[in-house]
Order: sequence, then C-alpha cells, then structure tokens
Amino acid sequence: MIRAFIAFLVVLATPAMAQVDIREVTSPGGITAWLVQDESIPFVALDIRFEGGTSLDAEGRRGATYLMTGLLEEGAGTLDSRAYATEVESLAARFSFEANTDSVVITARMLTENRDEAAELLRLAIQEPSFEQDDLDRVRTQVLSIIDSNANDPREIASAAFYAQAFGDHPYASAIEGTAESVTALTRQDLIDAHRAVFARDRLYVGAAGDISPEELGLLLDRLLGDLPETGAPLPGPAPYNLTGGVTVIDYPTPQSTALFGQRGIAFNDPDFFPAFVLNQILGGGNFRSRLMQEIRVDRGLTYGISTYLALFDYGPMMMGQFSSSNELVAEAIDVLRAEWATVAENGVTQAELEAAQLYMTGSYPLRFDGNSNIAGILAGMQADDMPIDYINTRNDRVWAVTQDDVRAMAARLMDADGLRVVVVGQPEGLESTD
Amino acid sequence: MLRLTLAACLSVLGLAPTLGVAQVTEFTLENGLQAVVIEDHRAPAVVNMLWYRAGAADEPPGRSGIAHFLEHLMFKATDTLESGEFSETVEANGGSDNAFTSWDYTGYFQRVAADRLGLMMQMEADRMRNLRLTDEDIETERSVVLEERAQRTDSNPGALFSEQMRAALYLNHPYGIPIVGWRHEMETLDRADVFDFYQRYYSPDNAVLVVAGDVTPEEVRALAEQYYGSLEPSGITPRARPSEPPNIADRRVYYEDPRVSDPYVVRNYPAPERDPGDQRMAAALTLLSNILGGSGATSVLPRVLQVEEERALYASTSYAGMNLDDTVFSVFNVPVPGVSLEEAEADMDRVIAQFLEDGIDPEQFERIKFQWAADQVYMQDNASRLARTYGAALTSGLTVADVQEWPDIIASITAEEVMAAARLIFEDTRSVTGYLTAPEDQ
Repeated sequence: MIRAFIAFLVVLATPAMAQVDIREVTSPGGITAWLVQDESIPFVALDIRFEGGTSLDAEGRRGATYLMTGLLEEGAGTLDSRAYATEVESLAARFSFEANTDSVVITARMLTENRDEAAELLRLAIQEPSFEQDDLDRVRTQVLSIIDSNANDPREIASAAFYAQAFGDHPYASAIEGTAESVTALTRQDLIDAHRAVFARDRLYVGAAGDISPEELGLLLDRLLGDLPETGAPLPGPAPYNLTGGVTVIDYPTPQSTALFGQRGIAFNDPDFFPAFVLNQILGGGNFRSRLMQEIRVDRGLTYGISTYLALFDYGPMMMGQFSSSNELVAEAIDVLRAEWATVAENGVTQAELEAAQLYMTGSYPLRFDGNSNIAGILAGMQADDMPIDYINTRNDRVWAVTQDDVRAMAARLMDADGLRVVVVGQPEGLESTD
Repeated sequence: MLRLTLAACLSVLGLAPTLGVAQVTEFTLENGLQAVVIEDHRAPAVVNMLWYRAGAADEPPGRSGIAHFLEHLMFKATDTLESGEFSETVEANGGSDNAFTSWDYTGYFQRVAADRLGLMMQMEADRMRNLRLTDEDIETERSVVLEERAQRTDSNPGALFSEQMRAALYLNHPYGIPIVGWRHEMETLDRADVFDFYQRYYSPDNAVLVVAGDVTPEEVRALAEQYYGSLEPSGITPRARPSEPPNIADRRVYYEDPRVSDPYVVRNYPAPERDPGDQRMAAALTLLSNILGGSGATSVLPRVLQVEEERALYASTSYAGMNLDDTVFSVFNVPVPGVSLEEAEADMDRVIAQFLEDGIDPEQFERIKFQWAADQVYMQDNASRLARTYGAALTSGLTVADVQEWPDIIASITAEEVMAAARLIFEDTRSVTGYLTAPEDQ
C-alpha cells in the first residue's frame, strides 16, 4: 500500500520551483553583481570571487597565493592583526578568505545595523593588507605545519601523487599550499606581488543576497572593489594531460587504504555537458543508489562510501572519485570499480537509473536556494561559470532532455576503464603498482 | 568609533522574536511523540527530522556500537519497503536523507520539497516500528560500519587519541565508550543486539519530531497525527545511567603514533552540562570557552601563545554544554616545533593562572556578548541548523523553553559568574591530561 502511494506521487508531482528573483546590479563605477534581495533577516551575505586563484603563483613561488590569502585578515590599513580582529568582532561581521585552485573566494556576512563600518573593514582586508613580517612569519609557520600534516595524511598523499602524474609542469600538478622549501623562501614582496596578481576587476564575480537594495549594493561594490586595478596577472593556459591508466601503490603504514581514481573529464561549456552531468550522478553522484555505491558498499560491504565527481578545473577538467577500504579488501573493491567502469562505458545505464537520477537532480535543485549565504555563493559561481542569468529556469529542462542514448554516447566517449588511474595509499594486500 | 554599546547588543537580541522568520511552535501527540515546528517560508523546502532519545551511552555494557549500527540498518527493509527503498524514494522525490548518532541521541532527516513532507513522515513512522532485519543485511552492514571505523578512527591518530582520552575521563559513565564502538565489540554485534535496542528505544514516546521550513504548525500536526498518531507508546522510563564516582585523581594519557605530524597536549576536565531550568553555570562555561579560545587573534590562549610569544601553532578550548549527563571542558595546545609538550603544558597552565589572576577584559566580554546576539540573527538564515539545535536539546534533557531562554541567559551572565566557573574548572576539578606524539626516532 505504501509503495502504491509512493509511485503515485512520483509520477504526478514535480516539486514547486523556488522563486529566485535575481537582479543584475551595475554599480556607478561599473562593477556588476547579481543580487537576490530579501529583507526578512537584517543582514547581507556577499560572495566575491577572483578567477585564477593559486594557479597564478609565479614561477618558483608556489604557495604565495595561499599564504597571501591567509594573511588578508591579519592586519590591514593602520590596524595590526589583533586590532583588526577586535574591530571585526565588535561589529559581529563574519568574513572568510579562501584560496582555491581556480579562484580566491571572499565571503562576508554583515549586519544591516553596522554594514558601512563592516564594509570598511572588508575593504581594508582586500585592498590594504599589511603583510607585516611578524604576521607573515606566524602564518607561514602554520602553513608549514599544514604541509607537514599533509605529508602524513593518506588522502593528501594520494592527491599529491595523482595530480603530479596528471598535470606535468602546470600549477595544477602541485599542492596549492606549496612545498616546505617554496613557502620558507617566500618574502613580503612575493606576497605583495601575489596580491597584485590576484585582485583585479577583469576577473571579478560578485553574488549578494539579503537585506540590501540594488542602490546600496552598487555603492558598496564601488567602495569595496572600485579601486582595484583593471587587470591582474595573465591567467594560466590549458594544462597538459599526462595521466595513464594503471595502479600506483604508495606504501603507508595504516590499516585502511585510501584510493583516489580518475581520468580525463569534460568542461562545463562542452555542448554535451548535461549527459555527462547525469552520467556522473548515476555512476557515483554521492547518494546510496549510485551504481558504485550499490556495488561496492551496499552489496559487498567493501567501503563506508564511494563517490565520483566531475572536477571542473578551468584548465584541465577531470572525472574523479575516491573511497577507503581495509587493506585486505581494497584490491577487490578496485576490481569491482574497474569492471563497473568498463560496463558503463560499453552499455551505458538503464532507463530506470536515468529516470531516478533525473528525478533526484531536478527535484533537489530548488532546495539549494535556501539562505542568503547559499544564494550569494550560487550567484557568484554561476557568473564565474559563464552561466546566463536565466540558467536557473532552464537548468532542469536540460537535465530532463538527456536521453538514455545521450548517456550511452557520453559514457562511450568519456569513460575509459583502461585509462583509469587509481592511486592507493596504504598497505593493500594483493595489489601492486603497474608501472 | 566602532565601539558597540550594550544597547546595541540588546537591540539585536530584541529583533529576533519579531522577525517573522523562524517562528517556533511545539506540541505533543497523545502517544507521547513530541514535535517542534520551525517556520521559514523563504524557500519551498522542508527538513523533516526524527530524533530518538537513545544513543551510544544507552547500549548495554560490552556491546558498544549498537546505536550507530542500528542507525545504518534503519535504511534496510521494513514490512512494506524493500532494503534501500527508503532512500530511493527520498531521492526520487528530489530529496536527500541521512542520519547521525551521538551518545545521547540518534537522528534521521530528509530535506525535500515542502509538499513531500507527508510521504517522509509516512516512511519515517513505518520504520519506527516495522523494521525487518535479515542476517545478510546484518553481515554486510557490519562490514560497512567496521570500514567506517577504519576510515574515521583507526586511520586518524587524533581520533584514536580522543577515544583514549574519553575512556580515561569517564571511569563509570558510558560516555567513555566511542559512538562507533570498540572494534572487538563491533565485530560480534548480531541481530539480537540490534533488535533488542530497536524494540526498547524506538517508540513514539521516546522520539522527537522536528520539522523546519515552509510549513505551518497546523499542517505538521495534521500529518503527524495521520502517520504517527496510531503508533502505540512503549511506556518508556527516563534514562538512568551509571554515574561517575567522586573525581579524586588526576590522570595522564600518553599516546604515540608514527602518523602524528604536530604533537599536542590536551587537558579534559569533567564539567557540568546545561540542565533544564538551570543553565547559568553552563552559560558561564560557554562564555569562558569563548574568552579563552574563541577567536584566533583576540582570545586569551591564542593571543598570548600564538601571537605574542609565538610558542604555539594553535591553542584553544572547547566546551559543549548540550549533553544529558556531565560534559567536558577541554584546553589544548599545539606547540611550535622546538617547544616540547612538557613546556607546552606549562605554557597552558601559566596563561590560565594569569587569567585567573587578571580576570576578564571588559571590552572583550562585551564583544563576545554582542557576537552571541548577532549569531541569533545569522542562525535564522539556516533552518536546518535551527532544527538540529532543537532536536539535540530535546534529546539531551532540555525543553523548548530552555533553548529559547538561552540567548537571554548568555546575555545576563556577569564577569563574576564566568570567573567562578573558571575557578570551579581550573582550581577545584581533577582532570585528564594527554600527550599525542610521534615516536622519538622519527
């Protein structure tokens, strides 16, 4: 009886679409942002992204962007590190500064009652960071400790080996934090140069949501970002693709092996991106019913979780995934993984799998737009990915338009079981490096 | 110029109840099921959560891991649903679902479009009473939870160390066992262990329903009556767990693991938790933790040890007041290379002794209070987080009124109360001190 009821609902009802009313705002000074205005809670969330990120590190200065970003809130203008933190706390503003492979992301939440004062503090961090030697040295020590920890973290060890094999001499080939050697050598001038390279108006994307009018946002944008230089450092070119199929085992004394796997992926602007998007959802999109989760966790108990993802690096997209399995189980898990990879490449997916994925993807999409912070992040991300402002209204139709044949063709084009590289960190039984 | 005033602080506090976002309503069904509804009509989404007042600390002695194992098995078959069909149905309706286990509670949740709430409740009510466990599901899922333990605990020296620290702190209370379970006990868990626990604790009078999002209390009440109303209560009695003997001895834990990169020292003090109608001491301890370790640049431990003296990579404190029984106040220090753990421990003690002498910087105290008030504003942006707060509170012995009074209690705590709490912890309480290190020859 329950089942009949469920089927009834699935067939007839499509969840209500969120009303997301996005306005494009252009400031008097010519900076563009997307805004969802909602006065119901007295604060605004901002998401400010600069394309390029840690891939703009100058030759021999790996880690400069990461360290620079970590220093933005450690003293700015006439305020030293402690005075700056004190002022931010006095206003209960919340800022975060994050360096990623393809972007530097700054987020802010500011109360309406003191927004102008909070914005002034944010402006100082973006435009006038001090990079005092004391602060540099302190934060550098923290970064060195992160680098040291990563050398003992199986997931980080796997990532380092994987990207080094994949991307040749491109910045993608090495960790964004840099090496102990490169970070130790960084000078204050390197950070000033990194700051100049990253923060420019020609690579800027802004999302805003919450209690702010378009006019107020325009003035805020000019104040925060108007004085930034027009252009930054040249963006990096396409990454080489050097990855080959096979297994890399890295010996590490731990009872459970960590596996990272991947192969060439597909760019978001590829005309056939949506079939790949749906394909990944079915294969390992992170929920219980994905093909790999079903085969490796649910049916065999070989892992706590396995997932795949389209890693949309701007200059070298990948299709990747990860899992952990006890040393005595990991070889079997990899066999199942490779077999499924080949099966899907050859046969595609079933109509039932396709429909289930489409229902999930289209039904869950509107649920993302909850909360000012989430909305601001989505708006900035959409612009950074060159999506049109009406993307939200067309996206679900594009998911529905994908057919079983589209997925089969994409699986045949994209998935290459022989080209799949699996990096395993641990002491796996019955598994050795293939090269 | 940027100095805030207490009036500003109170104005933020005063805003919260009148906003129209995050209105909270509670009701109880005749069979004892308690419900909390948090309204947020900004998006057509809803979070449906069902919490049970049963967690790892309610397991029979020697059978650790049952509560968490059962949490996994709740996604298997019922009398009317096939194994895995629960999550399949959620996903087919565009939702996502998961679950979590703690010492005091186990919780299940789905995020879906608001018009699917009834279906979620129907399935959740079904698996409260009609779970059907096969030996095959038990076998496979036991392997999954062992893999989970391997991934989250055995692969992580910090997690192994924390487990040892807890075991040393709690001499008698079951908070000393890990939620996931001790491996040697997990390996022996069988169908009877799980089913006994399920039948004892999974009942409407031992559950709390929390729904947050684009719904009205009337809708939720009608659906709850429809799906849960007919379930018989079990006549559950309040939990009474073994309690701690007088705390008379300091203990020390040394754990060495070759995978450790940054050695550190941590000290755990048993500390009072938030009790219904009696939250002032916990509020004072919460503020104490903020003052000593809440901010990387301005709170006492990191300011002195990280910024001024540069002897620590990280130094901080933690205190989680939401617990059914006695909780923990922790202080930890990760020294910079070249500073030993003995020195790091002495550094920690020295800074705390100085704090006990100097007292609280009034401006810092004001800033922290203002941030607490502002957090009430930011919290309303996240209905899921609010739902989690209420669910955890109601399964940790607190009431809706306790949750709603908490911000005002925090705002009313005086510096004297915080210092009294500090003296209680640092001067009058025996503790467990632990060193996490790598072997010397590394």
